[in-house]
Amino acid sequence: MYYSWGRYPKVSQKSSPIFWRGDSIPIIKGVSLIPHGLGRSYGDICLNDGNYIIPTRALNHFIDFNPENGRLTCEAGVSLAEIIALAVPHGWFLPVTPGTKFVTVGGAIANDVHGKNHHIAGTFGNHVLDFELLRSNGERFNCSLESNPDLFKAAIGGMGLTGLITKASIQLIPIQNNLIQTETIKFKNLDAFFELSATYGKKYAYTVAWIDSMASGKSLGRGHFIAGKHAGEEFGNNLQAPPEKAIPVPIDFPEFVLNNLSIKAFNLLYYNKQLKKRSSGSTDFNTFFYPLDSIMDWNKVYGKRGMLQYQCLVPYEDREVIRSILKTISDSGQGSFLAVMKIMGDIPSPGMISFSGPGITLALDFPVTKKVFSLFLTLDKIVRAAGGRLYSAKDACMSADDFKAYYPAWKEFEKYIDPKFSSSFWRRVTGEVKS
Amino acid sequence: MSKVCIIGATSAIAQETAKLYAGRKDSLFIVGRDDARLTAIAEDLKIRGAASVNQYALDLTDISRHEDMIDTAWSTLSGIDIVLIAHGVLGQQDVCEKDYSEAARVFDANFASAASLLTILANRFEVQKSGTIAVISSVAGDRGRKSNYIYGASKAAKSTFLDGLRGRLQKSGVQVLTIKPGFVDTPMTKEFKKGLLWAKPEGIAGGIVKAIDKKKDIAYLPFFWYWIMFIIRHIPEKIFKKLSI
Ligand SMILES: Cc1cc2nc3c(=O)[nH]c(=O)nc-3n(C[C@H](O)[C@H](O)[C@H](O)COP(=O)(O)OP(=O)(O)OC[C@H]3O[C@@H](n4cnc5c(N)ncnc54)[C@H](O)[C@@H]3O)c2cc1C
Ligand SMILES: NC(=O)c1ccc[n+]([C@@H]2O[C@H](COP(=O)([O-])OP(=O)(O)OC[C@H]3O[C@@H](n4cnc5c(N)ncnc54)[C@H](OP(=O)(O)O)[C@@H]3O)[C@@H](O)[C@H]2O)c1
Repeated sequence: MYYSWGRYPKVSQKSSPIFWRGDSIPIIKGVSLIPHGLGRSYGDICLNDGNYIIPTRALNHFIDFNPENGRLTCEAGVSLAEIIALAVPHGWFLPVTPGTKFVTVGGAIANDVHGKNHHIAGTFGNHVLDFELLRSNGERFNCSLESNPDLFKAAIGGMGLTGLITKASIQLIPIQNNLIQTETIKFKNLDAFFELSATYGKKYAYTVAWIDSMASGKSLGRGHFIAGKHAGEEFGNNLQAPPEKAIPVPIDFPEFVLNNLSIKAFNLLYYNKQLKKRSSGSTDFNTFFYPLDSIMDWNKVYGKRGMLQYQCLVPYEDREVIRSILKTISDSGQGSFLAVMKIMGDIPSPGMISFSGPGITLALDFPVTKKVFSLFLTLDKIVRAAGGRLYSAKDACMSADDFKAYYPAWKEFEKYIDPKFSSSFWRRVTGEVKS
Repeated sequence: MSKVCIIGATSAIAQETAKLYAGRKDSLFIVGRDDARLTAIAEDLKIRGAASVNQYALDLTDISRHEDMIDTAWSTLSGIDIVLIAHGVLGQQDVCEKDYSEAARVFDANFASAASLLTILANRFEVQKSGTIAVISSVAGDRGRKSNYIYGASKAAKSTFLDGLRGRLQKSGVQVLTIKPGFVDTPMTKEFKKGLLWAKPEGIAGGIVKAIDKKKDIAYLPFFWYWIMFIIRHIPEKIFKKLSI
């Protein structure tokens, strides 16, 4: 069975996997197709209700790796975890990584994912040298900024709609060891967050903040600011992969486990876990980048109902926008377990309709409840009025009208869609079906 | 560092097994019928750490070429420590019931070709007096079921052949391992609806390597299939023949 990470919406679809990069796309009469990597998108972007998905995980061969210059070519179903396992012992790391390493290269390109280093490195798409795009009519395009640049730009952040990426080349970044030098600062409110982002953003490649989404009043927007950078030679040269400890979540938790009270308690405890205002040290990269990967299938904690993520990007010039978003969430009393906030930078992505851009991004997880949908509607109004947008990779709710306003390039993008490809997401946000 | 020969190397289960040996920096010799696929696998295994990877393309039902293939593998690796025979086809039961030639195709691909390979390999291993012969059979060979008894019969023949071979080679110090996977999510089973009992090829590969390391005779993978088949084997025939499984 193939789901998305939020396990919402529930769909009924079939699958027709691709097994070899030389194979063509399975054409099934009367239905549409969408590639499916590791299903780490939250909503319906990797789903195709009533139609077919193309699981890509069998395309997991490495094709070329040069340990001298850090160039890697691999099939699109290779996971970032496999790349790390291969590259780290040779002194290379991913140029950009999302908060989980269980995503495929194809998924990372198709959602043009970003990481904690967006302010200095841009998106995953900024580090893709080239890829091969296979269309349903059997045509293969080698895409890069030089060759088929339009398709290159459409497929980066193209949500799988432009055809199947079979293989890609990326440029890795050099590291000295497996450690991240970190600094964590507890901050009292939103203004403090902005100041920390400005100062630490210059010194650290990775910055992000965890926010106590239940805090209100003077404490609105308080949290922990986390800054990190790859540790230098003075921290040694151990390039061993850090140990993996993955605790499984064997069953769906009953829904009462995650309620407002337990979320509030968690947030309070987490905010106060660090007593000192500032702490610094070093930690292995798994702990720093992928804290959630240590609990396999943690999405089951939300129970059968599933969960929703809300990730928006709003301009940072006007601090009132993010303040009113945080206030709306806090006032609603619907807490989020994980609320993270980051200032994104202004390195343009090659992607035609990518999410990332300069501004402040906030991501929150919620269990699926009736109330949360009306909260989202209120938030949508603020985001849209401010000229912001939502991240399609995390979305299961936005209206067609909002999508078209957030991504005015969608009409231009539509020209590059493979005629046999579609997804639940795309039909929803173009208004073909009502959400 | 071991010298590992994988026959039917394009199989999903075999590929995952090969990756584990590549990670141990072993030398590999891979055999399959599609040269382009073998090349993709060889590139991958080298990057994952294999000391060397050589390939040989042949349709394994072409028994006349078995001697040459094994000769080449033996000399390229200078002896073989571990050989894994993985190839197989599922066949279409309903077609087999109407047309023996389809059943014959399944018997050739699953049993006859393996028996020929094993005959040549057994004689060499017997002289070498060490090493492992591991063969993927199936839980389907443990008892014939009306829904796929042709495939089941081909696997039962394989398992029985291996039981006997194990006895013959045991005094030569050669391990003969029969691998009996349950349901595995691979190209062979792409048409099946997957449920709770389904395993990933990575998991099966881990089990294969462990069973080889531990010098096991028979490995049900995942292990719980031992108990499932234990029960299935013990259902009285009077009842079993009426079950729709
Ligand atoms: C814990 C967690 C943390 C996360 N943190 C971040 C983060 O920090 N930043 C961020 O940007 N995202 C983040 N994400 C989201 C995740 O990185 C993206 O959704 C990513 O695209 C998932 O990749 P996947 O391989 O699972 O692809 P899927 O979710 O299966 O598919 C994603 C999209 O890619 C397309 N696709 C997949 N393979 C191909 C292919 N071969 N060719 C063409 N299209 C393809 C699909 O059609 C779909 O549109 C996080 C997700 C989780 C669960
Ligand atoms: N999947 C299951 O649920 C399951 C359960 C129990 C046992 N098994 C056994 O596990 C083994 C591996 O299968 P799999 O599940 O990994 O499926 P798979 O990926 O489909 O592998 C089967 C392989 O056999 C190869 N093959 C078939 N006939 C051949 C021939 N004449 N010459 C050369 N190669 C040939 C195929 O080669 P091509 O790539 O060229 O087609 C293919 O690579 C098989 O013996 C199967 O019976 C599987």
